[in-house]
Amino acid sequence: MSDPLATTVRRAVWADWWTRLSALTVLLMIGLALAADLLVSLEGQSLRPDTSVLGPTGLPAEGPSADHWFGVEPLTGIDLFALVVHGARTSLLIGLAATVVAVLLGLLIGASAGYLGGWWDRIVGWTTDVIFGFPYLIFLIALSAVTPPSVPKPLLLVIVLGFFGWPRIARVVRAQTLTLTQRKFVAAARVMGAGPWHVFRTELLPNLWAPVIVVSTLSIPSMIGLEAALSFLGVGIQPPTASWGRTISTAIDYVEVDPLYLIFPGAALFLVTLGFNVVGDSVRDAIDPRSAGRI
Amino acid sequence: MSGALPAGAPAAELAGGAPLLELTDVAVRFATGGGAVDAVRSVNLQLAAGEVLAVVGESGSGKSVTAMSLLGLLPRTAAVSGRAVLAGRDLYGLTAEELRRVRGNEIGMIFQEPMSALNPVLRIDDQLIEAIRVHRDLGRAQARDRATELLRLVELPDPARVLRSYPHELSGGQLQRVVIAMAVANEPKLLIADEPTTALDVTVQAEILELLRDLRSRLDTAILLITHDMGVVADLADRVVVMHDGEVIEQGDVHTIFNAPSQEYTRDLLGSVIALSAQPMEIDTVESAAEPVLRVRDLSVVYGKVRAADGVSFDIAPGEILGLVGESGSGKSTVAGAVTGLVKPTAGAVHFDGSDMNRADKALRRRIGVVFQDPASALNPRATIGDSIAEPLRLHRVLSGSALEDRVADLLRSVQLDPALGRRYPHELSGGQRQRACIARALALDPDLLVADEPTSALDVSVQARVLELILRLQDELGFACLFISHDLAVIERLANRVVVMHHGRIVETGPTASVLYAPQDAYTRRLIAAAPVADPVVQAARRQAWRAL
Repeated sequence: MSDPLATTVRRAVWADWWTRLSALTVLLMIGLALAADLLVSLEGQSLRPDTSVLGPTGLPAEGPSADHWFGVEPLTGIDLFALVVHGARTSLLIGLAATVVAVLLGLLIGASAGYLGGWWDRIVGWTTDVIFGFPYLIFLIALSAVTPPSVPKPLLLVIVLGFFGWPRIARVVRAQTLTLTQRKFVAAARVMGAGPWHVFRTELLPNLWAPVIVVSTLSIPSMIGLEAALSFLGVGIQPPTASWGRTISTAIDYVEVDPLYLIFPGAALFLVTLGFNVVGDSVRDAIDPRSAGRI
Repeated sequence: MSGALPAGAPAAELAGGAPLLELTDVAVRFATGGGAVDAVRSVNLQLAAGEVLAVVGESGSGKSVTAMSLLGLLPRTAAVSGRAVLAGRDLYGLTAEELRRVRGNEIGMIFQEPMSALNPVLRIDDQLIEAIRVHRDLGRAQARDRATELLRLVELPDPARVLRSYPHELSGGQLQRVVIAMAVANEPKLLIADEPTTALDVTVQAEILELLRDLRSRLDTAILLITHDMGVVADLADRVVVMHDGEVIEQGDVHTIFNAPSQEYTRDLLGSVIALSAQPMEIDTVESAAEPVLRVRDLSVVYGKVRAADGVSFDIAPGEILGLVGESGSGKSTVAGAVTGLVKPTAGAVHFDGSDMNRADKALRRRIGVVFQDPASALNPRATIGDSIAEPLRLHRVLSGSALEDRVADLLRSVQLDPALGRRYPHELSGGQRQRACIARALALDPDLLVADEPTSALDVSVQARVLELILRLQDELGFACLFISHDLAVIERLANRVVVMHHGRIVETGPTASVLYAPQDAYTRRLIAAAPVADPVVQAARRQAWRAL
């Protein structure tokens, strides 16, 4: 007999053609990100600038071709396909890693606040309120400006995005923990002599996965979007690391003469966030029957 | 009594002997994700004016679905067929508008949970006046007079105060009286009462049943009584319909059904009813020369201003079963919480084998097992049954590997479950099977004391008796002491050597089971025992007289 939760999630993702397509898009993007180096070397290109493919004005001499599948970047001549697939790697890595940080913090803090209650619960409550109301975008911009360049930007983004992401997860986990604690199986474990850690691991955690899976699949696209926004503003990922947000930012200047430059990274960002959102939504409908059927 | 009927009722038809309500070939089918489910199949029954017809059955028998179909209150996935004729009109053929005029006017409804049947943010007067004015062209002042009259009819003292109250300011029994007042506001021909006393304490239940009986004779209203409680049936019903698995198994006069049931299922159902015996049972008393395994002294637990337990003291000898009886709010669950260490005493102490439970360590806790009321809540839904039973063994590192698996299989066998069920999840088991698994878990560490908090009250009647037998047999084999908590005196009589009766947080009476149940000294205990209905219409009629005399 397989775990009912895994079956529910699998069924939800495979439920209809729309979510199936979205799941495939997400899988495709993950595949692109993993195989970025291989694909780019198959194409016969790299992330190195190459001015020989540019015309006299600095614009690409020609559009997409057998050599350059998506064309090249104006001014530098970097292969656009290489930028997009390496950008996928950056986006997904930061989106997933920041979500993992947020989920770990949110689970531990939320569950302990809900189970232990008292002063710890009050402190957690205040902290989440403060972080929710915090103008974090401005904070992130300022922080990026003052951090020394020796700190790797991806690591900084993961930590900071993860830090601002945990309150959302902690709130859901705390609420779920409060209802679970009313259930008698938690009381049964306590009567047996189980301590808080044992109760968390064997009683609470298996029942918390369902809501955590939902909030985290919905948190990945928002993390990806935030990274793109920060890179767009020039305070996120710095060159030479590829980033969709930064490429989109430069492409805005060329939208009239070279629209494909904007379309490829823009479409990639759009598809991956849409894919995660659709999958997250249908998983939520499957796990939480109250939200299903509402249009 | 035809004057009580609303104007325009086809009184001639009723007088002519035609039934008030006639169900012909009623079937209800639910469309679900996994195909259609036939909840009710070819039900035929009749109800005469002024008659009380009890529809009895276990959960899932289709009794509530049948009743709800009359008012068009089933979910949209339900497809109803057949005919339900009320005073010459087929209820299934009515439009939504016509049905609305029937509801509350020709048919009144009494729900199981009076608290959820009333709107918590509106005062009683607003709700009652609304119910009156929906069907009658009355001014507010007139409707208010009528509301006061109705509250007098349901024997609520001080109607003016009740009208000003919000639902949370009234007790469960008072609320059910308000709900009944609403249901009879327009003098309906038919009252549907869906488990009207299940959520109430036994002393309040007796009063509500008395009120229903009284209203029936005063208003000449027919009552369709939906219940699983054979004691309630014996108390109130004229005729009985037994349902099982969506079908009518048997129907007939209440005396025939109870004394000479023709069907096997009815006999089983009646046979499994746990009822107080007519004369004292022979119950052994355990020699209490030995040092008590549990000693509770002057235990008080205070929540805010509420004294949930107030100076409670009792002992349990090794191998003794102590029954703790009380109604809701009596403090019996608080006492259980203090014994298991889940609730901190405000004053007094609980000593288990000489050690204070307040400072209990893991080694002491493993010697106490607990069984809770609702097995669905007491098992982790994401853990297999086997893992749940193995948990105490793993937690205390008693066994591991194949020895652990063997022990879990043994435990499952000892509670008469197939060891293969250990790989299943709780939702794949029935209520009775789940409770057996909970018992296996509680006994996994071979405890010296088992605390059982209402272990059978969430189960169907036919399952209750078998679970009680299991607890008795295991207690006999393993010799643990047991604190058995219940609101049901009949259950206590089956099991307990001694009884403690609690009321409002205090112990009012304590003694050997037979003497407490058959020669109660305290006034409250006497009322409690007299109020418990017995599943025999003749005996129950006599008990009712005795109860009225108290």
